Amino acid sequence: MSDTVKAPAPQLIQGATGDWEIVLGLEIHAQVVSNAKLFSGAATEFGAEPNTQVSLVDAAMPGMLPVINEVVVEQAVRTGLGLKAQINNFSVFDRKNYFYPDLPQGYQISQFSQPIVGEGIVHVELADGSVREVGVERLHLEQDAGKSVHDLHPQQTYVDLNRSGVALMEIVSKPDMRSSEEASAYVRKIRSILRYLGTCDGNMEQGSMRADVNVSVRKPGGDLGTRAEIKNVNSLKFIQQAIEYEAQRQVDIIEDGGEIKQETRLFDAGSGTTRSMRSKEEAHDYRYFPDPDLLPLEFDDAFVARIKADLPELPDDKMDRFQAELGLSHYDAGVLVAEREIADYFEIVAAGRDAKIAANWVSGNLFGLLNKDATAITDSPVSAEQLGGLLDLMADGTISGKIAKDVFEDMFASGKDAATIVDEKGLKQVSDTGAIEAMVDEVMAANQDKVEEYRGGKDKLMGFFVGQVMKASKGQANPGVVNQILKDKLSG
Amino acid sequence: MAALTDLTLAEARDKLTSREISSRELTEAHIVAMEDARDLNAFITETPERALEVADAIDGSEKGGHLADISSHSGGIGRTIEGIPLAIKDLYCTNGVQTTAASHILEGFKPQYESTVTANMWAAGGVMLGKTNLDEFAMGSSNETSYFGNVLSPWKRTGDDAAQIVPGGSSGGSASAVAARIATAAIGTDTGGSIRQPASFVGIVGMKPTYGRCSRWGIVAFASSLDQPGPMTRTVRDSAILLQAMAGHDPKDSTSVNQPLPNFEAALTNDIKGLKIGIPKEYRMDGMPSEIDDLWKQGVKWLEDAGAEAVEISLPHTKYALPAYYIVAPAEASSNLARYDGVRYGLRVDGDSLEEMYEATRGAGFGEEVQRRVLIGTYVLSAGYYDAYYLKAQKVRTRIAEDFRNAFQQVDAILTPTAPSAAFAAGEKGDDPIAMYLNDVFTVPASMAGLPGISVPAGLSSDGLPLGLQVLGNAFDEETVFRVGGVLEEAAAFTARPQKWWGDKS
Repeated sequence: MSDTVKAPAPQLIQGATGDWEIVLGLEIHAQVVSNAKLFSGAATEFGAEPNTQVSLVDAAMPGMLPVINEVVVEQAVRTGLGLKAQINNFSVFDRKNYFYPDLPQGYQISQFSQPIVGEGIVHVELADGSVREVGVERLHLEQDAGKSVHDLHPQQTYVDLNRSGVALMEIVSKPDMRSSEEASAYVRKIRSILRYLGTCDGNMEQGSMRADVNVSVRKPGGDLGTRAEIKNVNSLKFIQQAIEYEAQRQVDIIEDGGEIKQETRLFDAGSGTTRSMRSKEEAHDYRYFPDPDLLPLEFDDAFVARIKADLPELPDDKMDRFQAELGLSHYDAGVLVAEREIADYFEIVAAGRDAKIAANWVSGNLFGLLNKDATAITDSPVSAEQLGGLLDLMADGTISGKIAKDVFEDMFASGKDAATIVDEKGLKQVSDTGAIEAMVDEVMAANQDKVEEYRGGKDKLMGFFVGQVMKASKGQANPGVVNQILKDKLSG
Repeated sequence: MAALTDLTLAEARDKLTSREISSRELTEAHIVAMEDARDLNAFITETPERALEVADAIDGSEKGGHLADISSHSGGIGRTIEGIPLAIKDLYCTNGVQTTAASHILEGFKPQYESTVTANMWAAGGVMLGKTNLDEFAMGSSNETSYFGNVLSPWKRTGDDAAQIVPGGSSGGSASAVAARIATAAIGTDTGGSIRQPASFVGIVGMKPTYGRCSRWGIVAFASSLDQPGPMTRTVRDSAILLQAMAGHDPKDSTSVNQPLPNFEAALTNDIKGLKIGIPKEYRMDGMPSEIDDLWKQGVKWLEDAGAEAVEISLPHTKYALPAYYIVAPAEASSNLARYDGVRYGLRVDGDSLEEMYEATRGAGFGEEVQRRVLIGTYVLSAGYYDAYYLKAQKVRTRIAEDFRNAFQQVDAILTPTAPSAAFAAGEKGDDPIAMYLNDVFTVPASMAGLPGISVPAGLSSDGLPLGLQVLGNAFDEETVFRVGGVLEEAAAFTARPQKWWGDKS
């Protein structure tokens, strides 16, 4: 990041006693992309029938033992490297003990005092171009719990253990954020990095990513206030809503002479409010201790080096390169690197072509149609290669930019190549001066009055003549040639 | 010819190999003995039909028939215990056969999987007679905490037919079964002495291998960092043969060690000339009966007579081992037993809320000693107490391991008594958990250090009950433990056996 980038202004709350600053820290739970769970071989696919992806270990049958899934360890290290964080070659799995029906072991295997990844840093850019540096405190691995289903029976709760034992990375930030916008941009950035790395699919609707939000308020620059932790917020919009509601609630309490209690709160998406779940006094005593079924997790530098060598280019680096090497604007580069799939698509389109034109087509025409259809870029009916083909036809003059837009819509609808559509529909641009001269002559003959007006000084009529000729050519005449010939003949 | 039930494992193996006897004959004889010995309450579940089926399959395959379930053994050995009837502590999960851990909370539970150790044994040709009684969740030293009732020792005090002698614990059912000639051999588990102490109490050989030598996969967990399977037999040779069939690396247990498996039986050379045997001075305890001390001295002399050199050593942290053990083991147990919550399997006692269901289920499902240890364990892991108890106990544990490491730089093996007394009568220590815990005082230190140890019957107490001596070895040096144990066994020439007072007296 360059030195000239400015930090964002804090989002202040105007209270009766003056301004209040919001202080935010996030714990993001990200489901690790892997075929098997953290300590068992059971599958992790989303949406399977209840209790069909449960091994004996996940169901905590007597005598079952956890065995670490090495793929998950690699993914955690990869993520740590992507967050430019300290990788701990020695870490320890602990048991976090509590009773709940969807926690079959009666404890969650997590990492408490010695996590696999230590401190890192994330740069979060806001809409106004300002950048917040958010410190990452740690990343640790832990098991997900199962799911309790309360609405299938009036008195009973059903338990689905498909998620039980699925590997999660908990990414804990420092309390470095000062506005709901920063918090939401931070989550977006983490999501983007994880998706680039292929370590989490970032799907918040399916629960692959969710956040606990720690909120406190203070007088600007003052001592940190008491925080409330809002659990399991599962969309960017909800994160912002929860923060705004909670910060205001805290300011109101303090200004009314009250005190903020340290507690865990729940966000109610329906009302946009938060409510108390349990106070500090009611908090569980998790009785953490090292899991005696597992040895400490150890790996050597070569293991880390091998993963590092395989890291993809991450969004910040890609953004720099798109600007420096491809000459894209900061804005365009930002749009294109936000998702790895978009960046990959763009790079194929731009390869050997004009990068700015490629960027405009991807972020303009393509996004327009994708958004209209609510289609992801990975499902785009027009492949990056096909869009490249279209740009080639424009570049070599086969079709005009205007025709290209029509052809593109056709491609989007039919999935056909640009060249095929141009051939089939006879859309090839006419640059043959003889044919165009004939059309110009016809148009002039049919509009003698306008020719006179033009010659009398009404230059604006040029547009009318171009339009008529293009219409006569069904849009296929090369506009440059039409202009030139018209100019010559009208002035004659 | 001796009765089939008197054959040692090695003798039975030889007779089976030479086809002097069939597995069916051997198994039938033991089934009769098992059914005749129900007074001892050594078994929770008897599996005679299954035993005969397997025995017949083995006999058939020897005659050129086909044995369906021949599978590979993780230690890569052959069918070394083929056709031998064995008793399995009911802490090992056995596919389709009730596995209870002697607890009401698991009553009726039939696992759909087989523990690695028993799977290894079946692959080596073992025949299961049934599942033996134990202290509930292996928590106890007298087999008086089982939901399925006390196990009785086949032994009686001289001239006292009334007192019911305990077999020790927690592997009391396996111990009684082997001592009473119900099973040729048995397996137990040892957390703080649960194989060695009952072996000493009933006059058999009990072996706890190095932690990590046998897989814990499929064994109901008590204290994960201490639990270790091991053989319970009538001779040291049998112990070596059976351990061979049990042990081996298991990728399903992260604490199982990937070390080559030596040939344990081949280690029984009887040659201990020049070996240095450590005699830890801290094991000479105040108030220890003189007959224990005398037997220990006798043991030293036997080993010296065989050419070994006795060396006094110091294990300075010994006295902290027992208190530290009774923090670490309950701490792990409190967490390991959390899964018995009435939600998925085993006992459920309904309540009006989730909390009530938990309380009712665990209140009814766990016995007093289990509840005591869960409470202790929960307490020592609690915020504010963790450092003072659990963490400190772990530090003590490190020191104990250091003590042994230092000792094994000087000596090849260590000789101690197995238990501070002979077996006692049921009820004698029932009211005092601390007095009960003291039974493990000589076995716990090696457990805390993860080291191998064997108890060999070496003599009788003044009232005619067996006493054992314990040989401890360095990590993964079971060979020396067996070798020294073999010499002790031969020197002691322990031939005493319980007079049959149970079942059919004819």
